[in-house]
Amino acid sequence: MLGEQIIKGMAVTAKNFFGSYVSKERLTTVQYPEEHLAQKENTRQFPFLVYDGDDWEKGLRCVACQICEKECPPKCIYIVKSKDKKPDYKGQLQVYPATFDIDISVCMSCQICVEVCPFESIKMDTKFELSTADRFGGLLLTKDKLAKSNSYYQKMHPQDAADSDAVIAAEKAKAEAKAKAAAEAKVKAEAEAKAKATAAAATAPVGAPVPTSPPPAAK
Amino acid sequence: MNAVAAMPPKSFEVKPKLDESGTPIGELLEISMGPHHPSTHGVFRMDVVLDGETVVKLKPVFGYLHRNHEKIGENISYLANMPYTDRLDYFCSMTNNWAYALTVEKLAGLAVPERAEYIRVIMAELTRLQNHTCLIGFFLQDMGALGTPMMYAFREREKILDLFESVSGARMMCNYMRFGGVRVDVNDEWIAQAKKVVSDYSKFLDEFGTFLTENEIVLARTQFIGVMSKELAVNASITGPMLRAAGVNYDLRKVDKYGIYGRFNFQVPVGEHGDIYDRYMVRVLEMRESIKILEQALRDIPAGPVMDPKSRLRGFRPKPGEVYGRVEGPKGELGFYLISDGSPNPYRYRVRPPSFVNLTILEDMCLGHRISDAVVILGSVDIVLGEVDR
Amino acid sequence: MEALEQIKARLGAALPLTKLDILPNECPAGERSLLVEPGRAFDVAKFLRDDALLKLDYCSNVTGVDWPEAKIKTKVKKKVVVEGVEKEVEETIETLRSGHLEVVYHLYSMELKHGPVVLRMRTENRADKTHLPSLTPVWRGAEFQEREIFDLYGVVFDGHPDLRRILMWDEFVGHPMRRDYIAPDDFEYEPTPHDEVLVEAKKHYPVEVKAEVKPEVKA
Repeated sequence: MLGEQIIKGMAVTAKNFFGSYVSKERLTTVQYPEEHLAQKENTRQFPFLVYDGDDWEKGLRCVACQICEKECPPKCIYIVKSKDKKPDYKGQLQVYPATFDIDISVCMSCQICVEVCPFESIKMDTKFELSTADRFGGLLLTKDKLAKSNSYYQKMHPQDAADSDAVIAAEKAKAEAKAKAAAEAKVKAEAEAKAKATAAAATAPVGAPVPTSPPPAAK
Repeated sequence: MNAVAAMPPKSFEVKPKLDESGTPIGELLEISMGPHHPSTHGVFRMDVVLDGETVVKLKPVFGYLHRNHEKIGENISYLANMPYTDRLDYFCSMTNNWAYALTVEKLAGLAVPERAEYIRVIMAELTRLQNHTCLIGFFLQDMGALGTPMMYAFREREKILDLFESVSGARMMCNYMRFGGVRVDVNDEWIAQAKKVVSDYSKFLDEFGTFLTENEIVLARTQFIGVMSKELAVNASITGPMLRAAGVNYDLRKVDKYGIYGRFNFQVPVGEHGDIYDRYMVRVLEMRESIKILEQALRDIPAGPVMDPKSRLRGFRPKPGEVYGRVEGPKGELGFYLISDGSPNPYRYRVRPPSFVNLTILEDMCLGHRISDAVVILGSVDIVLGEVDR
Repeated sequence: MEALEQIKARLGAALPLTKLDILPNECPAGERSLLVEPGRAFDVAKFLRDDALLKLDYCSNVTGVDWPEAKIKTKVKKKVVVEGVEKEVEETIETLRSGHLEVVYHLYSMELKHGPVVLRMRTENRADKTHLPSLTPVWRGAEFQEREIFDLYGVVFDGHPDLRRILMWDEFVGHPMRRDYIAPDDFEYEPTPHDEVLVEAKKHYPVEVKAEVKPEVKA
């Protein structure tokens, strides 16, 4: 019969239409913005800077190495190094960024800055409702707007934050072990030098001055 | 092969038909199906000259989305170019990434571990599935179905995009492949979810097939329309499902066997008539073959690392030389041509886009048909302007 | 598929007085190319397409490359007599490469499923002698790609059926993909200019520099 296949097609449409009242699979529309779909854990939107602890200026992990600025494809990051230094999580004195601007109207959320950062300090955020009425500066995020705490990072990306914390803990442990080994070696060297000095004093002839340099050739 | 037959039709000067006394009957109507058009798949313009409703001349005009992607590629490093390749054919970002990564690996001599190869195949076949699904939705909309099949197609496509998002972080602009492997590994949960999506897909394809396969309206509007002969297709460098619908068995997955495609058991559907209906049937059958490949890959994926230990993210300087690497994208052969001169940026970076080259014989296919057919023929070529214009 | 040397030998036998060179390629993929002089390129192309052993009926990719004038430094080992002793010394020789434009064709065979054979043609210079024969009558697929090379590089293809700009608009002046192309700087407004970009932007648009906002102390 002519038109039989068209009627079959319409039956599929009817199944989908009436099925949308009954099963969740057929009705996949979400009433945004009243309802939100649950975001995936790995989703990435725009970068942010991580800081440890409570003080965002003191705990900022970024050391202004400018690697992310160089690797960024559309060049949306702008960093100015500071003139003074502050201690980082390992205790070493490092430079910090005086200015760290990301222009999110240019940023394409490619995540390359996160991949190349050697200090676990720039990560991807999940917020995307960032529209603003200010056309010329509203989408330029400065350091204060970018800095978010490590606890926020752990809430947003639990798995990634756990990995990042493990890396930081490993680095810290390595630095502490190195410092301990260096301190022990220093103590050992001092003890050896002292022992050598006392041994030399015991074998020197009575009355002769304790030699601090190799003894002169016998006359 | 006749060299003359391959030349484009001499349609520059078209004149209206003349009656017995030599006066022209009526006038020819020139329409610009302009860049803002719901059926032109992007900012694409066709200058059509019509005699009544029949097309007598058709010139495609594009370049509205030209971003000079190749020049950007010359000014930034190899790794920084990877997110830009996502935006070439924005439906199929995984395949674009793979083509670029494959080319750079050929240039630098990097090896890819097994698990990464399996992941690449899985991502590419998922991309092929969602691209062809979308395309059938658009095709039915071009014929006037006003969006219902397109919405069903997008509903299923969301399941695949959810898979992409949970592994790479973004639905469409994945930026997932790296030189020597993939960026992050997939976990077992993801593999289980992927298996579920693939097994549900066959049921969806059966349901979707009832719209298309034997629908009388579709048959009347697509059979024997837009016919392309085998010789013309080969000479005009057509690749992909368009070529296979014309009757030529040339699929890069079987010819080049790049990656590990040699291990999978799948067939290549080849059409007979070269009309629009064959092109769509080839795509529908390709979707079923993709599901077969996916089932095999998801079953056999081994454990192991996903990055070549020799590759480096920063300071990547391949030796001077040039290479051309190609993959079978969902739209055709996607090729990258790279010339390196030892510096961190490529010297010449060229994208060979399948949609751009497939548009060569659009005019040949549309001459003599009505303007409503021209729209459907354009839909069957399957163009994405991001790729055509770069 | 036979090696490039055999193809060159057969081409030389079939079309005598044709100048052909094989160019090396040092990368691991090692696809060497066949450099053809523009005068005989059309005959070479027809031979490659119709020859029974090759049957290269599929022209996959047509690329344009810009080689501006440059000094090429090559290191050469020379034997030099220094103070009566013969030593091997590495010398850097500077050769001047005259500027030219190049068109590269990648040819495959759909019938015999082999390839690629890479064909190259060079223009004489980059200024006025930029004519090359079009291979569109041989492979129709080169039509749009040669138009693109004309548009973006300026190579004029003789024998092309419809040579006009394809990606840029028809009245555009200049060839954007050339290495010495300077992009006009008033096409796009930069929302957040700084450094040199700010200097350029000020020339075209009045830019108000906002007073520096001190970062607020986070509670």
